[in-house]
Amino acid sequence: MSNSNKTPASAVEKNENEIANRETEGRSQRQIIINRFVKHKAAMGSLFSLIFIIIFVFTATGMNFGPKGSQFSIPGWWPYSITDIDPEGAIASSCNGGVTGCPTLDLLPSFMDGDGVQIGNHPFGTDIIGTDYFALVMRGAQQSIMVMFIVGFLGVSIGTTIGAIAGYFGGIVDAVLMRLTDMFLVTPTIIIGALIGFRFGNLGVVPLALLLGFFAWMGLARFVRTEFLTLREREFVDAARVAGASDRRIIFKHILPNAIGVIIVAGTLLLSGAILAETALSFLGFGVRPPDVSLGLLISEYQDSFSISPWLFWWPGALIVSIALCVNFIGDGLRDAFDPRQRRHVTAKDRKSAAELSGKQS
Amino acid sequence: MLVIVFGASFLAYNLQAYSSDPLSAFGESTAINKDYLIAKTIRDLQLDVPPPIRYFSWLRGIVAGLWGDFDMGLSRSNIPVSEILAMAIPVTIKLVITATFLAIVFGISVGMITAIRQYSRFDYTMTFFSFLLFSLPIFWVAVLLKEFMAIQFNDFLADPRIPPVVVMLASLVFGFVLAGFAGGTRVQFFSVLAGAALFAGLVLTYVSATQWFLEPSLGIFGVSFLALCNAVIVIQLITGLDSKKGRNAGIGTAIAIAVLYYPLQLVMSADASVLNVIAVFSITITVGILIGIAVSKIDRRVYMRIGLFTALISTFPIIIDRFMAEFSDYLNSDAVNGRPVPTLGQANDLLTPEQLDNFWISGLDTALHLVLPTIALTLISFAGYVRFSRGSLLEVLNMDYIRTARAKGLNERTVIVRHGMRNAMLPLTTILVNDFAGLIGGAIITEGVFAWKGMGQVFNDAIRNYDLNLFMGVFIISASLTVLANFVADLLYGVVDPRIRIRK
Repeated sequence: MSNSNKTPASAVEKNENEIANRETEGRSQRQIIINRFVKHKAAMGSLFSLIFIIIFVFTATGMNFGPKGSQFSIPGWWPYSITDIDPEGAIASSCNGGVTGCPTLDLLPSFMDGDGVQIGNHPFGTDIIGTDYFALVMRGAQQSIMVMFIVGFLGVSIGTTIGAIAGYFGGIVDAVLMRLTDMFLVTPTIIIGALIGFRFGNLGVVPLALLLGFFAWMGLARFVRTEFLTLREREFVDAARVAGASDRRIIFKHILPNAIGVIIVAGTLLLSGAILAETALSFLGFGVRPPDVSLGLLISEYQDSFSISPWLFWWPGALIVSIALCVNFIGDGLRDAFDPRQRRHVTAKDRKSAAELSGKQS
Repeated sequence: MLVIVFGASFLAYNLQAYSSDPLSAFGESTAINKDYLIAKTIRDLQLDVPPPIRYFSWLRGIVAGLWGDFDMGLSRSNIPVSEILAMAIPVTIKLVITATFLAIVFGISVGMITAIRQYSRFDYTMTFFSFLLFSLPIFWVAVLLKEFMAIQFNDFLADPRIPPVVVMLASLVFGFVLAGFAGGTRVQFFSVLAGAALFAGLVLTYVSATQWFLEPSLGIFGVSFLALCNAVIVIQLITGLDSKKGRNAGIGTAIAIAVLYYPLQLVMSADASVLNVIAVFSITITVGILIGIAVSKIDRRVYMRIGLFTALISTFPIIIDRFMAEFSDYLNSDAVNGRPVPTLGQANDLLTPEQLDNFWISGLDTALHLVLPTIALTLISFAGYVRFSRGSLLEVLNMDYIRTARAKGLNERTVIVRHGMRNAMLPLTTILVNDFAGLIGGAIITEGVFAWKGMGQVFNDAIRNYDLNLFMGVFIISASLTVLANFVADLLYGVVDPRIRIRK
């Protein structure tokens, strides 16, 4: 064995490198990235939590499609809807000296100061008039998640298109598009959002999200442009051009796949920004309007009843935080996975297995 | 640049004009003179002129500012927009300035420490913490703060005794944070933890036993202790603790602060004003610089800097201590009635004229009204600075010149402070400047939750009343600030980083 005469320390180092290399050996770029992402525990955990939250939320109260009047709806598994009022149930679950509508959810078993593990009629309690709060929160979360994805999708598509065109063609096209981006960029998003929300918030959540999406692409366009500016100077682009590839082919087949990391990472940041922006707008009264609900609106409506019925405040907030936190962690994992400069941290476990490996070899 | 502001304002003007309908208020009106009111609104707001053309009449007022005839038009309540903004802007600045400052200082220091202690437990904890803060909606934090920081703290003041369990938990948390900062081997970690926890436990027990919260004061001991801690940090950052002259300058200044504590009380008399506070700062800073000169013969600048920073930062406890001295009077006055931390508003309307005239009491009142919004804003922007400065320092520490610096035998402190941190600060300048510009947008929500009457409130009114001129006023301020900030950031970057000079 060639390294048997070396000192153990350098052998350990060599094997550490081998472990790092093993990660990339014989794998395609995509496999490497997926592999790195899967190893990021926080990101994977967040991904599963997010998927779980989305499925849970969307199946709970069902969904409505289509314009008002001719609605096509899928029923959910939860018996109450946001329009059902159950005053008797609210009174039945009174607590703390006559406060109605306390949550019936109880996760503490009976021997630990609880009534046993149970879900009850109204696990999240009811609001003041007896509307089931679980249904309200689920419906609100649906709206917020929907806004998040629509804004994210629009922002990413518009931003990528503009950034790609500006970065690839350069010159006057670049100058014009970037001035345009700057024009949108100098306006704080919340100002435009409030303006749009105040006028169109009553149309429902989808038109609102579509309009917000048209003002959410600027940051991404800048990132993509910078990425395209560097990539188009690379040799493989020259090679493609010499081989006679069209601009379209170069953009879509050669540059875009290389810029996808930046796009995805910026996109996830956009998602978490979008859900916070939507809830903030709804909180201020510029977003989703009653009788429809959104998480921000719920918090805004019940912020004054915090000291009496705090659950009206905790649940929507907890959902916003968990969704945004999941998205942020996924974004972090993706950044680590895509960034080639990101060297994997050598853990104590790796060191140990490297030492064992060199022990066997010598 | 002007083109961008011009284009953006044109865009915003038309967006607002087309999306709002000032006449909608009359839709259900039953007023007898409804037609007259509609006609009047149309005439006042020039609704018969198409918005793109109306824009230019608005623009003429702005451009007239070039020859001193600035005119932003009238709001719908017939008050000049510039007057409304002139009243609102200082309020917003007051609201955000402390928070931004705190977020920058704490964010950057925590971020850099996590970078130095990369992959440590402290790093992981702070990373998780900053992600959590990143995901918090500010309005939610604000409501929580109102409940826990204001209402429950005020309740707590009725009987300000801290339960032993809380004392223990708080001391342990403090110990862990400090030990995480310090790092080192396991033995070091636990000894720092034990020391810090013991210290915090003693302080908290003292605070609880003496009912400190009812009559808070730092006293000469608190001030000197803080000055000493601060001197150690300043020395470590500027020359390192092994420099004898550095130690003399820093600790000498800290002692001078302690000696000056009683004489300075005379300067801060009951009829003091901002001028007296400035006087206090000038005295301490002069003393600090003089000590810096006194301890050294060569390289005086370095030691003067130590004296200056030690004195500057250590003066804050003295000022705070002076404010605290008024706390119990303030607390027991009729206007406050034992509940000092307010949840709403920017000043207590019930204060008597004598109290308002007293700089210390009115200052204390403002400070207490600022507590909640400042904490909320700081928490939210803190996370961004932590992430950014961590990434920035990590990138720099991987550079070749850092390896060179280590290879030529510089000690770790010099490598990290001189070669690392200074270069890591460069990209931060851009972020800092841009953040200052984005503050107005960020304060809209905070102002709403805490009922401050600043730019956010003006903006809110403008939207709800379809007040086009007012809306454009807020817009033009924030847009020009952003553009200006970008410009300043570019210039500044060229100044601090010689590698980048503005082209052409």
